[in-house]
Amino acid sequence: MAGTWVFVEQKDGNIRKVTFEMLSELKKGGDEVSAVLFGKGVEGLATDLAKYGADKVYVADDDVFAAYNTGAYVAQITAMIKEYKPNCVLFAHSFNGRDMASRLAQKLDAGLATDAVAAEITAGKGIFTRAIYAGKAIAKVEVAGDPVLATIRPGVWDVGDTAGAGEVVKPALAVTPADVYQVQKSFAATVSARPDLAEAAIVVSGGRGCKGAEGITLVEQLADVLGAAVGGSRASVDSGWLGHEYQVGQTGKVVLPNLYIACGISGAIQHLAGMSSSKNIAAINTDTEAPIFNVSDFGVVSDLFKTIPLLIGELKK
Amino acid sequence: MKVIVCVKQTFDTEAKIELKDGKISEQGINLIINPYDEVAVEGAIQLKEKGVASEVIVVSAGSDKAIDAIRTALAMGADRGILIKQDTGADEYARAVALATAIKAENPGLVLAGHVAADDGASQVPTRVAEILGFPHVNVITGIEIADGKATCTTEADGGSAVIEVAVPAVISSQVSWNEPRYPSMKGIMQAKKKPVANVDAAAVENKTKIIEFSLPAAKTAGIKIEDEVDVCAAKLADWMLNTVKIQVK
Repeated sequence: MAGTWVFVEQKDGNIRKVTFEMLSELKKGGDEVSAVLFGKGVEGLATDLAKYGADKVYVADDDVFAAYNTGAYVAQITAMIKEYKPNCVLFAHSFNGRDMASRLAQKLDAGLATDAVAAEITAGKGIFTRAIYAGKAIAKVEVAGDPVLATIRPGVWDVGDTAGAGEVVKPALAVTPADVYQVQKSFAATVSARPDLAEAAIVVSGGRGCKGAEGITLVEQLADVLGAAVGGSRASVDSGWLGHEYQVGQTGKVVLPNLYIACGISGAIQHLAGMSSSKNIAAINTDTEAPIFNVSDFGVVSDLFKTIPLLIGELKK
Repeated sequence: MKVIVCVKQTFDTEAKIELKDGKISEQGINLIINPYDEVAVEGAIQLKEKGVASEVIVVSAGSDKAIDAIRTALAMGADRGILIKQDTGADEYARAVALATAIKAENPGLVLAGHVAADDGASQVPTRVAEILGFPHVNVITGIEIADGKATCTTEADGGSAVIEVAVPAVISSQVSWNEPRYPSMKGIMQAKKKPVANVDAAAVENKTKIIEFSLPAAKTAGIKIEDEVDVCAAKLADWMLNTVKIQVK
């Protein structure tokens, strides 16, 4: 058995933090921890992966892996699993991670726990804690398998500093032309100076109380003072003030930042589901009865249009 | 082109979740079509209106109650339904096998589904169905064009959006921002009652995963609430952010 594997989330040579979180967490277990890295011209990243705990780094470097491609990536990792026999493979619960893990699981006729927030992994078995109903309930799921497969929510584990040996292993290329059934015609990167909503340490969200673009601009200004991501409730997305990619809640994203600031958000159940696991919650709302105050650590009953500019002033003092 | 849409019946997203005998209670819960699947139904109907789809078939795996989700889709404009009787405790693997078995028998040109269900949040089933059928798939689409035996999909992706092309038949899963699902008209609701719905039993397969415990998250308790002049509110909030949460200001 070749220990536990972490599939590396990287784009254009930048490794996402969730990869280091998974490596660090598994490193605590004492088993051999390996990083599995696919891309083009990415071998240099092995050093970074070793720094956060990778004892081995399996590098598949080829043009076919330059951009994420389900069929190519799944074919490659399937062959590697058969050859090296890891007892567990963890993926990030990202667009790519869950796509790849689902197709792989079915190819292996295996179970899969997605979006896990905690894991207990023993040989041949994993018990994963999953938030269901977007966090309104919690399920513990047992996944038996060889290997055990799961996707892990970004931000639930801390990045540690225990290094691994980082020995580079180069598996044989196992992709055939038939595996490349998806063709990426173009990619438009989101141009934003703000952090990714799913991974941000601070999120500032605007709701119905923002009343329109002017209110959202205030939310954005506060976010920029804090280096925060911007989010929104369903009301502000449905009203067209923010795109759906900003929506926090049951039909949007689930976030767990260190600080969540809800501005003009009443706190509908489906919104609370997406943010109430945040470590610290602040709320600004004119309605003293708003349900958001029931989950807030610090609430102010006041008008966001007056409060946010004053708050920015105080923070900049 | 025959288009199949997979729909799952889920709890209303405004539902409060309670446990009864260690399981999620369905008592008093309003059941709806999973919002992501509803968008897939709308997408399929639009493909029919454009003349791309010849027939829209709705498939659901679940309890007898799931007939309501199928009828809603039929009222929106789908042509017929297939209800696969399956224990609601089926996991993603068993559900995918059940759906794929029914889909295969229809030999469709395209399979649509929501990319995730609002209840279990697993986002596995459409991809698993594609693997079983040996079809390509594209997940989390916000737009689609079908021409010359190819589906060109705009998708949400990590760090941006991508345009992905696959040959059809394919499994395509929707993001809620793809379209705005229509409300069924009264005429549609009346017509839906007469549209055929076939009942089939699920393929007998064992789950690959086992839920060993359900629980509810620890209730959050309300913290400090300040009702004062706005400058006091702002100053106290800033103080809490800086000295209790200990944030860094840029």
